[in-house]
Amino acid sequence: MILLYDHTYEGFLSVVFECYRRKITPFRILPETHYQEALFVRKEFIPTNPEHAERVWNGLTARLTPATRHVPLSAFLSGEPDIEMALYRFMRLAFMAEQPIGDNFADPDVLQVRKSSRRVMQEAMRMVQFARFQLTRDNIYFAPVSPAYDVLPLIMQHFRDRFADQHWLVYDLKRDYGYYFNTAEVEEVSLSQKVFNIADGSVRNDMLEEGEAVYQTMWNDYCRSITIRERLNLRLQKQHMPRRYWKFLPEKSGKNTKYES
Amino acid sequence: MNDSVHEKLKILADAAKFDVSCSSSGSSRANQAGGIGNAVACGICHSFTEDGRCVSLLKVLMTNHCIYDCAYCINRRSNDRPRATLTVQELTDLTIGFYRRNYIEGLFLSSGVIRNPDYTMERMVLVAKKLRLEERYNGYIHLKAIPGASRDLIREAGIFADRLSVNIEIPTNSELKRLAPEKDHQEIFSPMGFISNSIAENKENRRKLHRVPAFVPAGQSTQLIVGASPESDRQILQLASGLYDVQKLKRVYYSGYQPVNEYDKRLPVLQSAPLVRENRLYQSDWLMRFYKYKADEILPPDEPFLDLEIDPKLAWALRNLHLFPVDVNHADYEMILRIPGVGVQSAQRIIAARKFSNLNYGHLTKIGVVMKRARYFMVNTDLRIPVSGMLPDTLRRQILLADKNKKATQPDTQLKLFSFPEVLPRALPESSVGYKKTGVV
Repeated sequence: MILLYDHTYEGFLSVVFECYRRKITPFRILPETHYQEALFVRKEFIPTNPEHAERVWNGLTARLTPATRHVPLSAFLSGEPDIEMALYRFMRLAFMAEQPIGDNFADPDVLQVRKSSRRVMQEAMRMVQFARFQLTRDNIYFAPVSPAYDVLPLIMQHFRDRFADQHWLVYDLKRDYGYYFNTAEVEEVSLSQKVFNIADGSVRNDMLEEGEAVYQTMWNDYCRSITIRERLNLRLQKQHMPRRYWKFLPEKSGKNTKYES
Repeated sequence: MNDSVHEKLKILADAAKFDVSCSSSGSSRANQAGGIGNAVACGICHSFTEDGRCVSLLKVLMTNHCIYDCAYCINRRSNDRPRATLTVQELTDLTIGFYRRNYIEGLFLSSGVIRNPDYTMERMVLVAKKLRLEERYNGYIHLKAIPGASRDLIREAGIFADRLSVNIEIPTNSELKRLAPEKDHQEIFSPMGFISNSIAENKENRRKLHRVPAFVPAGQSTQLIVGASPESDRQILQLASGLYDVQKLKRVYYSGYQPVNEYDKRLPVLQSAPLVRENRLYQSDWLMRFYKYKADEILPPDEPFLDLEIDPKLAWALRNLHLFPVDVNHADYEMILRIPGVGVQSAQRIIAARKFSNLNYGHLTKIGVVMKRARYFMVNTDLRIPVSGMLPDTLRRQILLADKNKKATQPDTQLKLFSFPEVLPRALPESSVGYKKTGVV
């Protein structure tokens, strides 16, 4: 039996709840948008039920150690194909076992879930590292990003703590939504009219605050000045800071970033 | 912000580039209501330069004018170089401007010495003070403590900064005297000792009383230049080990000497910085800090230098083959950590996972153990009898050969067919030993 859900974490937890309630083991769990008609397979859409989701979530949290509590959600955010079934088996194991199973790396499902979770957490960290804000005319610090996974919810608290006295907007170009902070609270926004390039997030010069370009140039030149030219190691640079982030970095997207040889 | 600040920044960042310290970790200063910034305990790298180093802090000199004439320093007074000085206001604006754009974790301010140590230190403290009190900035600040500055100034610096550092630069006093006659070790160790005592005292006070402000919460660090003077690796590691144990330093940085003042006959003639040696020193440093190796274990008295061909952990294992093979399903954490091919993360995972079931070869590979290397030194449920029983030299050759085969198939080596060797920078052939990548497996 294939169970379909609405591609939210709550929806997925509701599916897990249904499986327990009806004592069934699904053949697959899929977001309904990913489903393709097949012969001889029974399918059913499970509607999201916040109450059920809450119960599964609480039960699961109680059965994981504090250090591994973030794992199910972050693994789910990876959106990898078949992560649902791995998570389902992970949860079954967690509910069945006598001790917390989050560290059982010898189990293939636990290992898969932990690895997915790690990839997502790493991408979240990369956003914290490489998001770059530009100051616009209306005094908002704007950071366009396009993370490989849907990680913005995981890092809002960090930006909120850090840039507590400035208006900022972090916008996920790929998923077309973002978070806006007005120095009091963070709200989720989706912009219908965009004044920036949706490919690389660049803002038209006349929309930027006057000093912005100067800061970007200074940062670019700063990064070039502290490079020890005798020790160039571009491979190491790329390993730590993969190419896909470069278009958002003033020190990388601008001109004059290459050394004349 | 105008053009002159821009030019000054270029000069003073360039002048600061040989100071390798860049970490922003160890402090978790929270955001005060209405202020800007916080410090994150794990530290964050915001960019990487083309030499592969992390950029976490705005690392800049306040001025590159200097009254000293140290042979190894690019900013020595007898060098004819563009000189500049940033004002307190300019430094504050730069830090805040960069910080708000998420370019940096904070400021690392160092300086050449102008007029006298006190005058220099006072101006540096002013920058930190202005950031904290006027800008209500809670991000990271690393200040260099200028040897010879008064204790009151250093105490004040410690209240505003997260980290202080005093650079030793040359590992032995006699060599320092030769290369920098105006300095001596006494002058360097005195502020260092004062800082470490004050940190200990502050910790004690904070335990007893509420609301005592933290003093240098991220601890202090120092830097040693490697290769400008003839000290052995053993001397360097013994010194570092003492600094960790006695002075309770958080980090010792090793900076492979980059030939800057070639005309000075007191300095050795080098083609390029000793990158591999520097990397081996960092690996040894890692072993001391995270793997609980003693300096004497890494280099016994009869071995002055580190093996450049193999890493220090493997070297230790080959010297101590009688302690192997280790049974991963029963041995304790410290011993598992000593298996070449097992890092801190794999060791922790082994300890966690073996509570559930005995681990076999496949499990270990999936956990992340480099079995190609580790299999000679361990037993698990599949591998009852270790492959070893070989002599240390044979084993060493075998492991080196396996490494070499791997390198031959790496894409960067093959790409050389299509690139032009004459424009490749000198350091590139060694690129696989990135010098800030210090993890040891």
